[in-house]
Amino acid sequence: MNSPTPGPQPVPHEAPPHSQRPVWRVTPSRLVAGLLLAALALVPVIAAAIGEPFYVTLFTRVVIFALAAVGLNLILGYGALVSFGHAMYIGIGAYAVGILAHHGVSNGWTQLAAALAVGAAVAVIIGLVCLRTSGMAFIMITLAFAQMFYFLCISLKQYGGDDGLTINARSDFGLFSLTSNTVLYYFAFILLIACLVVFQQLVHSRFGMVLRGCRSNERRMAALGFPTLRYKLTAYVISALVCVVAGALLANLAKFAAPSYMAWQASGDLIVMVVLGGMGTIVGPVAGAVALLIFEEILAGWTTHWMIVLGPMIVLIVLTAKKGLYGYLVDRDARRMASGGPGA
Amino acid sequence: MTLLAVSGLTKRFGGLTATDGVDLTVEAGEVHAVIGPNGAGKTTLINQLSGELVPDAGTIGLNGRDITAEPVYRRALMGLGRSYQITSVFPEFSVLINVVLAAQAHSGHSFSFWRPVAVDTALTDRATSALTQAGLSAKADVSVSALAHGERRQLEIAMTLATQPQLLLLDEPMAGMSLAESERLVRLLASFKDRYGILLVEHDMDAVFKLADRISVLVYGRVIACGDPTAIRANPDVRAAYLGDQDLVA
Amino acid sequence: MTVGLFLTQVLNGLQLGVLLFLLAAGLTLVFGIMNFVNLAHGSLYMMGAYFAATVFDRTGSFVLAGLIGIPATLLLGVIVERVALMRLYNRDHLDQVLATFGLILFFNELVRIIWGPASVYMNAPAALSGTVELFGLRYPSYRFAIIGVGLAVGLALYFLIHRTRIGMLIRAGATHPEIVSALGVNVRRLNTLVFGLGAALAGLAGLMAGPIVSVQSGMGEPILILTLVVIVTGGIGSIRGAFYGALIVGVVDTFGRAFLPTLLREFLERSLAQAAGPAIASMLIYVLMAVVLAIRPQGLFPVRHG
Repeated sequence: MNSPTPGPQPVPHEAPPHSQRPVWRVTPSRLVAGLLLAALALVPVIAAAIGEPFYVTLFTRVVIFALAAVGLNLILGYGALVSFGHAMYIGIGAYAVGILAHHGVSNGWTQLAAALAVGAAVAVIIGLVCLRTSGMAFIMITLAFAQMFYFLCISLKQYGGDDGLTINARSDFGLFSLTSNTVLYYFAFILLIACLVVFQQLVHSRFGMVLRGCRSNERRMAALGFPTLRYKLTAYVISALVCVVAGALLANLAKFAAPSYMAWQASGDLIVMVVLGGMGTIVGPVAGAVALLIFEEILAGWTTHWMIVLGPMIVLIVLTAKKGLYGYLVDRDARRMASGGPGA
Repeated sequence: MTLLAVSGLTKRFGGLTATDGVDLTVEAGEVHAVIGPNGAGKTTLINQLSGELVPDAGTIGLNGRDITAEPVYRRALMGLGRSYQITSVFPEFSVLINVVLAAQAHSGHSFSFWRPVAVDTALTDRATSALTQAGLSAKADVSVSALAHGERRQLEIAMTLATQPQLLLLDEPMAGMSLAESERLVRLLASFKDRYGILLVEHDMDAVFKLADRISVLVYGRVIACGDPTAIRANPDVRAAYLGDQDLVA
Repeated sequence: MTVGLFLTQVLNGLQLGVLLFLLAAGLTLVFGIMNFVNLAHGSLYMMGAYFAATVFDRTGSFVLAGLIGIPATLLLGVIVERVALMRLYNRDHLDQVLATFGLILFFNELVRIIWGPASVYMNAPAALSGTVELFGLRYPSYRFAIIGVGLAVGLALYFLIHRTRIGMLIRAGATHPEIVSALGVNVRRLNTLVFGLGAALAGLAGLMAGPIVSVQSGMGEPILILTLVVIVTGGIGSIRGAFYGALIVGVVDTFGRAFLPTLLREFLERSLAQAAGPAIASMLIYVLMAVVLAIRPQGLFPVRHG
């Protein structure tokens, strides 16, 4: 028995790409993904029907964190880069909106452009420093830099400091504004769908394959001739920018930008969402965000001390259900296909 | 034309000298085998040539260019291909995609974010031809995890070939193979040896004597003898070094 | 700036550094030997502080707080290791990060349930409640004692790791666990010992920090992250790196916060200095870490491999 190739634990993945485009079939995992997204699309309609507008707000938060989790998954699930500081980019997005709004700029396009520019600059610099390391050092350093940003925002007294920054008006995009909760919800939802579609293509493209190759066996990637750093950095920046957009949306939802958006717990929560839903699958993080946030909402209804349940639950998930809820389905389908079941 | 020129290569790990002033060359079209007892430093040597280890002294030249300070990926792009003693492939992907990745590395940049790699015929054609060369084309769509050990070693070779190298560094390609699998690999290497320069590190003496044009013997990091197979077989120092290890008499 | 002020800040920096060292030593040993990312180390520090504060509250004795609190933290560490963390030694770092993250959430909520959300208080021992005189400057005796204890522990750890048989086993276990177990040593017990040692050090840090910080839920994580900076800057797995790294981080952070805002006011317009000063001061050690990583990714005092 030859020694196993060194690398991370096996993660769920879609069936390996074949030499021709396979016939697209409706598998259980795809069905579940479709139903989940359809259900999310109908939230405002259902909420209006049952007269509970609160659910729109709740699910906007879910969609926003689903977007951030999908962004993180690009490098976490497909690149095996465990960034424990991605909430920092959510904070950058939120504060970009907040600071500009504070100075009277409520044009959504300007705010987004500024957020993306700052986010990209920060991601390139921090990515260059962090990607010189790997393994536990990488995790620790991403955590440290996120903490640095957290303290930076707390020390910005003129922008609220510890208390955070109130935002008086939601972003105005000219043709539409996010003042209506329903508009905000669908704006966020459309961005989420767009991100899912782009990433679905991306992970099978040349770029995506390089990233996944680095996850699988980086030593071999370098030996084949790939300058791995520039691809990992690009992926890091892309995933950061997705979180920046999520942060801008979050600031709009809460009409508030707070340092707590980038606290280390927020980064940890993002990782939990990705793993809970299924790393290395495109839709998995959406399922994870839905599951975690709804579960928290339900638990919080029972007791203010719900975190004492969440903590051990996370430990249990790690010890037992590593593939994640959606990831388990995908893996089952992939194994069925590989062994000559329907669709092979 | 001298493909690989190694001069005075030295590597120390604390008090241990793993590579001790090694000189060797590989010409285009020749197979230069490196043999030696366990612990002689053969893999350390290959790791310095591929760039994974930085030598303490000495120079490495590829096609006349000094590559001693070049990172691993640059050497690969300059024409240096390397296969591993312990199979180093991408276990999550199919056989074809493994080789496609290898071809992709030498096919421009990979900042392409939309087009699926599986329908990129330029890459898949190159990959398929490398697989055919390595005798694995029948298993193109199989997942790596379903391959036998010998087939994985074939995949190793196919991936290295797909990068269209000029110099091949082969680190014990016969490792763990059955007699039939080894013979098949020897035939394969013999079939294309004139297209590349090959530095072959091997324990399998049958393979070495069938393929090598020159043999260097590495003992405790030093080259104690270098010459054609007949000369090496007759060399008393070599016999002494191998006493109890291998029977060199054919 | 007077010599007195300068000296005070040096001592403050050393005091912070020494506390960081107590935490960093345990953390780096566990990182280096078991290749284990233990983010819950901050929680052990927090529990150490709570145990000590509770005993102090009941008995009024600082000494008793230490005699009971530190072993209690050690025991807690061993239990956590055996029940949850042991299974994760061979898992990838993501699993370890997630699991210890879950533990952090658990412990933070646990102390909120048992002790409530408000801070718990503890006093320094009466004998150390005065000041000492040093070069014409008065410095709180208690903080001075912390420096002393920390340096003593540093020396003791050095002797343990480099001059005893157990220390040799620990060092060997870090580089060649298979050989160590082949020699008949129980690697599992060795790992628990190392983990317990780290927990005890965290408990000691919690005890000593009790009188000078707010003992409350979540107190562990800011210190943990500082400790991570120490370890990365000093060199993962290296006790020397933990020691010097901790002192450097402690001094740089203290000096930065004390003098940078004033310094900036010399160069920048007042309101800008007012705003930028504390911001940059809080970022200083992270920038230091980034610079060290850029120049020497393995840290300033990496573990020397054979």
